[in-house]
Amino acid sequence: MNLTPVDWLLMAVYFAFVLGIGVVLKRYVKNSSDFFQAGRSLPAWICGLAFLSANLGAQEVIGMAASGAKYGIATSHFYWIGAIPAMVFVGVFMMPFYYGSRARSVPEYLRLRFDEKTRGVNAISFAVMTVFSSGISMYAMAKLIQTMRLLDGPFAKLGVSAAWTFHVSIAVSALIVLGYILLGGLTSAIYNEVLQFFLIVAGFLPLVFLGLKNVGGWNGLKHQLPSAFTHSWQGMSNAHTNPLGVDAFGLVMGLGFVLSFGYWCTDFLVIQRAMAADSMSAARRTPLIAALPKMVFPLLVILPGMIAIALPNPAATAINPSTGQKLVSNPGGKGLIPAKVDETTGAPILDSSGKPILDYDLAIPNMLLHYFPTGILGLGMTALLASFMSGMAGNVTAFNSVWTYDIYQSYINPNASDAHYLWMGRVATVFGIALSVIAAYAASRFNNIMDFLQLVFAFVNAPLFATFLLGMFCKRTTGHGAFFGLVSGTAGAAIHQGLTLPQGAAVGIKGGWLGAVHTYPSEMAQNFWTAIWAWSACFVVTIVISLCTRAREEMELVGLVYSLTERPSQEDVAWYMRPAVLGAIVIGIALLLNLIFW
Amino acid sequence: MGLDIRTPIGLMFSVFGVILTIYGLLSNPAIYGRSLGINVNLVWGLALLVFGITMLLLGMRRGRLVKK
Repeated sequence: MNLTPVDWLLMAVYFAFVLGIGVVLKRYVKNSSDFFQAGRSLPAWICGLAFLSANLGAQEVIGMAASGAKYGIATSHFYWIGAIPAMVFVGVFMMPFYYGSRARSVPEYLRLRFDEKTRGVNAISFAVMTVFSSGISMYAMAKLIQTMRLLDGPFAKLGVSAAWTFHVSIAVSALIVLGYILLGGLTSAIYNEVLQFFLIVAGFLPLVFLGLKNVGGWNGLKHQLPSAFTHSWQGMSNAHTNPLGVDAFGLVMGLGFVLSFGYWCTDFLVIQRAMAADSMSAARRTPLIAALPKMVFPLLVILPGMIAIALPNPAATAINPSTGQKLVSNPGGKGLIPAKVDETTGAPILDSSGKPILDYDLAIPNMLLHYFPTGILGLGMTALLASFMSGMAGNVTAFNSVWTYDIYQSYINPNASDAHYLWMGRVATVFGIALSVIAAYAASRFNNIMDFLQLVFAFVNAPLFATFLLGMFCKRTTGHGAFFGLVSGTAGAAIHQGLTLPQGAAVGIKGGWLGAVHTYPSEMAQNFWTAIWAWSACFVVTIVISLCTRAREEMELVGLVYSLTERPSQEDVAWYMRPAVLGAIVIGIALLLNLIFW
Repeated sequence: MGLDIRTPIGLMFSVFGVILTIYGLLSNPAIYGRSLGINVNLVWGLALLVFGITMLLLGMRRGRLVKK
């Protein structure tokens, strides 16, 4: 693909603003609170958009469109079931403890509520996870730039070999993210996330408009796709009759409760944005404000995927990303989605039943190439790159806080000056990004290691919400209970995964390594049930051990546990800005959306 | 915080809007075959310009309120 000067100009303008914001903000960073917590001074709407945007990494934009092409509108469950209820819950019920306890991070809350070992296990696993997530984001971006041959044109002019694309993409993205975080800290990351939010909307809205116009609107799309693709709940009563291969109970409990609450209510990456708000009321509104655009995001990211698969095959103007040429026919592919091609033979890769495997991740890039002429194409590509960078930056800011407060200050150097911790935060930013670069290269060399690590993270994360739920809403829960509950939950997840297998998968990383006693209809179903088992194990073990160990004095738990904390007053803001009211509105709209796309 | 986020957002989208609008006016209409015959550069450029200017005005209004 060849971008023209106007496309490059748009991209350059964006990068200039990204770094410019960092430069302007630099003079406001005076102490560690400014750097790590944005001085707790931002209004709710900014934190809300950053809360949403920090999660809008590569997985979101590329992955949700891919999933839209693969499963259709059922992908919206990841939003309306798998995000909205948890976002409302964290805003209305949990934020008073995070924000009110004056903890500077989620692990620090665990230290205040439970004990050092519970904080330690959470802080260390979280720090490792953020580094790898940011590395995977970086890898995915460099890989995409390589696949689309974005840099071939300019490289040819400069006389540089196209083989350098991957390295240059990694280096440039790492340096830009490093630059603006070093300069402005969390404020800079949050401001850029807000910028990225608007950019993603500006880049994808015309894409959805053109695509829908082309296929004859939502009704036209319905005609060209199987009916399960345009009805989100069709066939959900049985795992074998819907495209996801998941039953409704597994979906609601596994995704809607365990995984979604585990992520939105406990992951410091998003919670950090809310903790940067200027008041308790703004902190509580942050996830609720984020939920409003979150609900309509399926239109922006899932619809393009569905349109890409619905277009006639071969679509006359589709571009083959591997050659940059117009695709006259799309052998083995469907609509704009090409088949995965064996790099040595050039033939489509087939699955076990002889059908070509489709490369769904190319749904968004191909849609951009299909509908956008040069000019707005530059805007679309910039929006795509922005989504990758916001994912990286979010992880890096979460990493430098947890490293500095929860690992360095707690275990390595507890009594240093504030200026020293500010310096440490900047150093942590540098080595956090350096580690991400290493992770990105590891991902490009050893695919299996990445799959394995993501599996381990899933085991560690699944039980977390049980710990927070019991910690915040039951004063009897003890530190020993929380710690051993977490460990049992992780073990429970591993055992469940080891005993089950998705249909058609081989024993190994997909499960069954303890002997498969149960087969799930899909990998997604297995993941949801692994989470349910992990959560239940953690919940039960935490309660049992808490009852056997001595509870902490109630005096020490004021501000940390629901029954011992005064409800924050909602009287100082207009009625429509009160968390409970806003939460009810959000839930109402989410229900309505489910009914519309039933 | 000393920098109102609406100012850089407004500036950036205004610049995007101006670039796309000018390019939309000057470009060869033949390139709009893939966008269903719509000059998306011109239309979306103008839309982004309006958005950018609105953000700038909102940022400036707050700036004045703070000074008072």
